[in-house]
Amino acid sequence: MAEPIVRYKDVHKSFGDVQVLKGIDLDIAPAEKIALIGPSGSGKTTIIRMLMTLEEPTSGVIEVDGRPLWHMEKEGELVPANEKHLREVRGDIGMVFQHFNLFPHMTILDNCMVAPVHVKGESKEEAKQRSIEMLEKVGLGDKLDNYPSQLSGGQKQRVAMARALVMRPKVMLFDEVTSALDPELVGEVLEVIRDIAQEGEMAMILVTHEMEFARDIADRVLFLDEGTIAEQGSPEEVLENSKSERLQSFLSRFRSSSPS
Amino acid sequence: MLASAVLSFVIAFLAGFGRIAKNPIIRKFTGFYIEVFRGTSLIVQLFWFYYALPGLFGIDLGTDFWAAVVAISMNYGAYMSEVVRGSILSVSSGQREAATALNMSRFQRMRLVILPQAVRMMLPEFGNYLIQMLKATSLVSLIGLTDILYHGDIFRSTNLSLAPTVYLLILVFYFILALPLIWLTRWAEKQSSKGVATE
Repeated sequence: MAEPIVRYKDVHKSFGDVQVLKGIDLDIAPAEKIALIGPSGSGKTTIIRMLMTLEEPTSGVIEVDGRPLWHMEKEGELVPANEKHLREVRGDIGMVFQHFNLFPHMTILDNCMVAPVHVKGESKEEAKQRSIEMLEKVGLGDKLDNYPSQLSGGQKQRVAMARALVMRPKVMLFDEVTSALDPELVGEVLEVIRDIAQEGEMAMILVTHEMEFARDIADRVLFLDEGTIAEQGSPEEVLENSKSERLQSFLSRFRSSSPS
Repeated sequence: MLASAVLSFVIAFLAGFGRIAKNPIIRKFTGFYIEVFRGTSLIVQLFWFYYALPGLFGIDLGTDFWAAVVAISMNYGAYMSEVVRGSILSVSSGQREAATALNMSRFQRMRLVILPQAVRMMLPEFGNYLIQMLKATSLVSLIGLTDILYHGDIFRSTNLSLAPTVYLLILVFYFILALPLIWLTRWAEKQSSKGVATE
C-alpha cells in the first residue's frame, strides 16, 4: 500500500466514564473508499469526528498525510496542537453531516462560496465559478439564489456535498448522510456520492446503514463493534462471508428490514 | 440617550463575548460585572457615578451628563450582554461544526456563521431594552440633569392647576420618542430575516 493519507495509531476515546473507542489502528490509502458499519453506539461516528477535529482523542495519534493531526512537534516532542496547526492539517479533510448543517442565512451559492473566499483567500469570481460548477454537478444549478429553507432534504444534502467539494479535500467524510432523509430522497443523494466516488482521486470514509450501497462503492468495509474494529475486508468478505456471529446477526437485521 | 444606547451596545457585546471567552479570568470578571450591575438599582448606580466615585476614588467623569451616560450604559449593557450570550449559545452546535469542517478559524466561525444568526435572535430583545433605556433616562433628573420630566415638574410647580395636563404631555412625549425606536427594531428585524425562514 502507498503511504497512507490517514493513519490511526492506537486511538482511544472516552466520554466521561464511557469508553467509546478502545484502540483503533487503521491506515487509509489515498483514494481508498471505506465504509464503516456497525450497531449504534459502536463508535463509527466518533472515528470520523475525531478526524474532522470535532472530537479530541483521549489517547493515541491520528496522522493526515504524514502529519500528526492533534499534536505538533515542539523541541522534538509531541505536544497538543494549537488552533493554527489544526487549521493547517484539517484543510485536507471535508465532511458532510447527517443533518446537513447548511448556513440558513446564506443562499445556496454563498454557502458554497464562503469558505473558498474567506478560508482559502480565493477571488470571488473564481470561487463563484467553481461553486456553480459543483452545484451543477449535484444537479442544483437552478437553485443558486435560493435559501436552504426552500429546499428539500435531499437537495440540502446535495448542497452540503457541493460545499465540501469546493474546498478540494483529500479525504471526505460522510456521517450517515442519508439517515435524516425521507426514503424517497435517499436515492438522489447516493447517486451523487457514487459520482464523486467514481471520479476517484479522493479518499472517502462513509458511516452508513445502506449495506447495498456500501457493497457497491467501498473498497473496504469495516465492522465496528464495542469500540474496536471487529472485522474488515472487501465488501464480499465482510458482508457475505462474515466470520463472527455478531456481524452476522447485525447484518441479518438489515436483510429482514430493508426491502432491497 | 443616544450616547448611552451606543455605549451600552458596545458593552453588551464585549461582556457577552467575555462570558463565553476561553480565558476563565475574563469569564469570571465579566460575570462579576454583570451580576453587580444587574443586582443593584439604577438609581443607586447613578448616585454612585455622580457623587460617590469622585468623592471616594477621585474618579471624576467630568460632567453630570457623562456620569448619567456611563451609569445607564453600564446598567443596560449588563442586561443586554446576557441577551448576546444567550443568542450566541442558542445557535446550534451543528453550525459551529459545519464551519469547522470548512476549516474556518474561531473568529471566522463567529463572524460569518454564528453572529449573523445570533443577531436575528437578539433584535426583539434589544428593542425592548432600548425603549426601557429611553424611559430610564427620566431618572437622571435625580442627579441634576434636566430632562423632560424635570422640565415638566418645573412647569407644573409654577402652574399648579395644569398638573394633570403636564403629566399627560410628558407621557405623550415619551411615547413619541419611543415610536422611532419601535419602528427601528421592526425594520431591523425585517431586514435581517430577509429570505430566511426558520430551518
